[in-house]
Amino acid sequence: MNFGERRTLIESLSNDCRFDGRDKKTFREVTVETDVSVTAEGSAIVSIGDTKVIAGVKFEMGTPYADTPDEGSLMVGVELSCMASDNFETGPPSFDAIELARVTDRGIRESKCFDTKTLCIKKGEKSWTVAVDISIINYDGNLFDACSLAAMAAIKSARFPKIDKNGNADYHNLTKNGLKFTKIPIGVTVIKIGNQIFVDPTEKEMEGLDARLTVTSVEDDTICALQKGGIAPLSIEDVSNMTEIAIEKAKELRKLL
Amino acid sequence: MVYKKRFDGRKFDELRPITAKAGVIKNAQGSAFFKIGKTAAYAAVYGPRELNPRFMQNPRTGILRVHYNMMPFAGQGGRVRPGPNRRAKEISEVSKLALQQVCDLSACPNSVIDVFIDLPETDAGSRCAGISAASIALADAGVKMKDMVSAVACGFVDDKVCIDLDYNEEAYDHIEGGVEGADVADIPIAMVPSTGEITLLQMDGLCTRDNLLKALDQVQVACKQIKEIQIKAIKEKYNSEEDEE
Amino acid sequence: MSELKVQEKEVVAPGEVLATGMDYIPGKGAYRLGDEIIANEVGLVQLSGRSIKLIPLSGKYIPKKDDTIICKVIDIIMSGWRVDTNSAYSGIIGLRDGSTDFIARGADLSRYHAIDDIIVAKIMNVSSQMLVDLSAVGPGLRKLRGGVLLEVGCKKVPRIIGKQGSMVTLIKNATGCQITVGQNGRVWIKGEPIAQAIAISAVKKIEKEAHRVGLTDTMKIWLEEQTKDLKLDTFDPESSNKKENKNNKGEDIFPGDEE
Repeated sequence: MNFGERRTLIESLSNDCRFDGRDKKTFREVTVETDVSVTAEGSAIVSIGDTKVIAGVKFEMGTPYADTPDEGSLMVGVELSCMASDNFETGPPSFDAIELARVTDRGIRESKCFDTKTLCIKKGEKSWTVAVDISIINYDGNLFDACSLAAMAAIKSARFPKIDKNGNADYHNLTKNGLKFTKIPIGVTVIKIGNQIFVDPTEKEMEGLDARLTVTSVEDDTICALQKGGIAPLSIEDVSNMTEIAIEKAKELRKLL
Repeated sequence: MVYKKRFDGRKFDELRPITAKAGVIKNAQGSAFFKIGKTAAYAAVYGPRELNPRFMQNPRTGILRVHYNMMPFAGQGGRVRPGPNRRAKEISEVSKLALQQVCDLSACPNSVIDVFIDLPETDAGSRCAGISAASIALADAGVKMKDMVSAVACGFVDDKVCIDLDYNEEAYDHIEGGVEGADVADIPIAMVPSTGEITLLQMDGLCTRDNLLKALDQVQVACKQIKEIQIKAIKEKYNSEEDEE
Repeated sequence: MSELKVQEKEVVAPGEVLATGMDYIPGKGAYRLGDEIIANEVGLVQLSGRSIKLIPLSGKYIPKKDDTIICKVIDIIMSGWRVDTNSAYSGIIGLRDGSTDFIARGADLSRYHAIDDIIVAKIMNVSSQMLVDLSAVGPGLRKLRGGVLLEVGCKKVPRIIGKQGSMVTLIKNATGCQITVGQNGRVWIKGEPIAQAIAISAVKKIEKEAHRVGLTDTMKIWLEEQTKDLKLDTFDPESSNKKENKNNKGEDIFPGDEE
């Protein structure tokens, strides 16, 4: 985005009419569909406007960490699949992919939304790892929010595999049991361009990014993860405004789960 | 002793139910979603676009590159760690050869057309589903093609020719409900339906030459059926918008 | 006996049989294989006498001589500027074609065109190895400042321009925006925020429905509805006379655009 186009974008934002006609606080149409992969124990496809991501959950049997012998673990991976954009490149995970994965992971982990003790099969010997893998199908901005929602939708709908007579996971037979959630963390990214603050950026709007703040919150408005990105700084007032908007929007998005 | 009835009740020359859609990934030049039974594949085509490194450029024609990738949760067993693996590399290369034989890229020399095939779930026949999806995506991208490329895994379970094997049939010789030590052959084939030319041919398992030729005869009928579905997917992309308004 | 298997304006796919028998002739986008005429690409059927040809519906832009395109400066080199043409091939605007001013050797070229500048340029030549030579000097050729740059399928460009510019003029008059359409699928729009958003929407709508009959009428009604609350006090009367409308060179116009 060159200087002139950036100026046009800031002008549009300050008139509360973005290139697609939305105002600064409105999300594009968000849809959540679960059970989209028969081989995954839990799965979901989330669309935010034209951004589309797929998340799949596999339960892996392993040994618990020595310092938490009665707990299982969580693992989140994100692939910026090349099918999603002309700009995604083949190769090992880029910083962007890693950041997406770690921020999504922290949002779920730090919220303590499910008890990792329920992943324990045999104390000190066997436990489940919840492995969430997210692939981008089409990129049009706002991957943080899409990944956060898709990961939660997939984990929520996931069912444990039965354990066969040899003590191994039987992936062809799932139980009816899944994880129990006491709260649902939702990540919302707020963008700053110039002095304008808004949510749910498109790919085009991301080209003009100055700074972003992803805020993951739960039902009682407690914030459980924060991530600032972008080269420009944020003022304390910015953080105050952005966290307020993010918590408000999280409530709306949570209704979709 | 003998495979009398297929596990899912299909006729021996019957394909699993197929869903095919074109234009599912907006950013791509062309794209498709192809699902046969429980095997599904997305295909996205980008290009012609700049090809680097330069020594790979062909001054007479654009080149095709295929990238086949199963999502970590797409396998029949546990999670498969993401990243390059030898199986994916081989499938990418043979899929490319299967597709490029119908494509005419002479109008865009020195460029590349990238085809990305990503699978969210598989139940045997994944490379075939990928090729069928990629074919729709290439056509959707405006690539000049003399015909679609349709692919299906046929094979032998015990003594019967089966079209479109599923996972249980592939594993017939070592699963419950199968017969241990039985002869099983899994033969993925890609074909140019109008001429019957074979552009992909591989085999896992054991089978006699006579049986192989018997299977190849039946495959052309199946590929023609798949071609009809592929063409319908493209037509529907343009017609469905009419119905929306 | 010869038989036509498809209708006018039908969408066909590669490998589809368009006709049988020897009475028909394959035109652009089709070929003969024995007794059959077969589609070579995805396109709209166009019958003309005994010839069956296809109007392509998709495909990335491939630079062609005399096309007027919207390009982006990506590099400044000794002999001029390298530009991105929205295709697999970058192009060069040479020193002499960069400006009507005389540019001395060793001058700072970024004074004329800087990196990221958006320029309406004309393709002067395309070599067999796809080296693209452009000029930024000539009627209608200029730098585009501000506004929004969109990308659409380049095969939809004739539809967005319309016969003699009718469609793009329709949008301009309804929204008061300046609009420039490049043959390479880039569309530049500049106007007041609300009008601009409507114009962007209009272009995207035409792109999506380019193959449909009666699109001009549909767009007229749609634009009236969208702009009924719009105040056009910034309407630029010059914008509808801009020469870029006349760049419609009689390329295949989608059928149904009756005026």
